[in-house]
Amino acid sequence: MAKATVHVMLKQGVLDPQGEAVRHALGALGFAGVEGVRQGKVIELDLADGTTEADVQQMCEKLLANTVIESYRIEMA
Amino acid sequence: MRAAVITFPGSNCDRDLVVAFEGAGFDVTRVWHKDTDLPAGIDIVGIPGGFSFGDYLRCGAIAANSPICQSVVAHANRGGYVIGICNGFQVLTETRLLPGALMRNAGLKFLCKPVALTVADTDSVFTQNYDLGSDVIIPIAHHDGNYTADADTLAQLRGEGRVAFRYAANPNGSADDIAGVLSANKRVLGMMPHPERAVDARHGGTDGARLFAGLAGMLATA
Repeated sequence: MAKATVHVMLKQGVLDPQGEAVRHALGALGFAGVEGVRQGKVIELDLADGTTEADVQQMCEKLLANTVIESYRIEMA
Repeated sequence: MRAAVITFPGSNCDRDLVVAFEGAGFDVTRVWHKDTDLPAGIDIVGIPGGFSFGDYLRCGAIAANSPICQSVVAHANRGGYVIGICNGFQVLTETRLLPGALMRNAGLKFLCKPVALTVADTDSVFTQNYDLGSDVIIPIAHHDGNYTADADTLAQLRGEGRVAFRYAANPNGSADDIAGVLSANKRVLGMMPHPERAVDARHGGTDGARLFAGLAGMLATA
């Protein structure tokens, strides 16, 4: 069975409040070597036979990502 | 006048919105998310607050792709009126009936309190009952109310008088202090604050009632 992994991230330039909070928390723990954190999500799809990367792209455009603020990357395996 | 209020799994302000519409004189029909058609003769659709589909994936994303929302989009595209409040605003941005998106509050906290809003435009059925530039007190209750849009969109909203309400003191990081935006034809309003929670003196204020009363007045004469 084919798998698709979709990585969804906020677009560059969109301020990520959660990533900023994680960065501050890391600093508070003494990890001084972090200059930026961006948080996204990973969505794994188990694909039926015949489902193509183009289909997955449609899924991303229609539902999995909000392209107003998010970008996505598809890995097929 | 006839209003339809949609209920999704996880909606929790749908009854309040029905009460607010009825208080202004609307006949209200409640509509379930799996329904495919709006009742005939509906003047305005209300999309309530809450946590539709548990806020899974993104707030409003799954609701925006539900069967009834296709009818809501068609209703809006025919020039019909729609108001989306809180989660309803998130649904409207996800359908792309309204531009931009609602992100996690800048302070990361869920915010639940009355706030002052400045009425930024009074050239719509939703806002014509308010005084331009006046402040009204309406409660907010959201975790993801941080409005964002690209610079061109923000300039366009401002230039076209499509910012309905601004926060007097920005609680959540929203771009341009935006609390509510209108569609290009000004017949679709999305706002994070809850006017339906300010329609009775026992709510602590009635500034929201003027929105529904204004709506009723305009739609009755339309």
